[in-house]
Amino acid sequence: MTVKDFIDKLLGRQISSASTAKQRLQLVLAHDRSDLNPELLAQMRREILEVVARYVEIDLEEGDVSLETEDRMTALVANLPIRRSIQQTPEGGTL
Amino acid sequence: MSTTRTILICSGKGGVGKTTTTANLGIALARLGARTVVLDADFGLRNLDLLLGLENRIVFTAQEVLAETCRLEQALVKHKQEPNLALLPAGNPRMLEWLTPKDMKAIVSLLEEQFDYVLIDCPAGIEDGFKNAAAAAREAVVVTTPEVAAVRDADRVIGLLNTQGVTPVQLVLNRVRPKMMSIQEMLSVDDVTDILALPLLGLVFEDEQVIVSTNRGEPLTLGESGSPAAKAYNNIARRLQGEDIPLMDPSEARKGFRARVRQLMQTRLF
Repeated sequence: MTVKDFIDKLLGRQISSASTAKQRLQLVLAHDRSDLNPELLAQMRREILEVVARYVEIDLEEGDVSLETEDRMTALVANLPIRRSIQQTPEGGTL
Repeated sequence: MSTTRTILICSGKGGVGKTTTTANLGIALARLGARTVVLDADFGLRNLDLLLGLENRIVFTAQEVLAETCRLEQALVKHKQEPNLALLPAGNPRMLEWLTPKDMKAIVSLLEEQFDYVLIDCPAGIEDGFKNAAAAAREAVVVTTPEVAAVRDADRVIGLLNTQGVTPVQLVLNRVRPKMMSIQEMLSVDDVTDILALPLLGLVFEDEQVIVSTNRGEPLTLGESGSPAAKAYNNIARRLQGEDIPLMDPSEARKGFRARVRQLMQTRLF
């Protein structure tokens, strides 16, 4: 955020169109490059959460799985706050 | 192994200035003494001849050369004022669907025997026309403008070039409006290079003289005009030749008190 963005925010003015353009591009390119549409990404997010939730208790409200791009490298970033781990016995039951 | 530089000029999106760039770079390189040929791979909608003022002089195309109905020398159209530059249309607009990547490689290897530079003007899109045009390219120049659609399409093309092993791939940012950039109503040069992660070969400012020169069929780099776009294209040609020429600074044109206040406003807070 720049000084101008900050003042604009304070005054409730619209953010400059160039920064909107950059944000929109970064988002759309992350999807273009990975060839994942938002629907597939949402499905993957659900499945990842399901798997992780089997081992640890996660905060589903705070959890986030998204695509991030830097220098033509797209990464799948999962940020899943853990509440506590679920101890499992070798038989698969929960203690 | 030939030392010829075979460069694909491409963009993905149409109308961003591929053909204008090819024509001006062709003339500029020829004026620097390099034997240069511009190959119009966009034969369905060919326009390079028109921009170079050579539209009435085309008799044969690469297609006839490959079919051996004429010699390469007969198909090459020499530029009147700049004899170091030749144009070769890939094909005839009436003969769509003939060119294959194999044909492209064959014609380019013929050209590489007698030229220092082969500039390939790529059609818009990323379908067969692009794939054919890119088949023989060793390096590429991606032309884009600071607009979302052009940058997005450029990104697709860069991805395809990377998988084909074309390298280096460099960027020309065309139709830059310094005024709009300074008030952050246009993607900045850094925004575009950050997003596309390509080295910047040149910046071309929006310039009405481009339209005038297109009307006349005389690329800007042909004359001694000091128009901003002519300077930019000449600089790009010199950079291709390996000269170290600093990039134009869009904010340079707008110095003074207001510009300094504006600069302060662009200081990063966090």
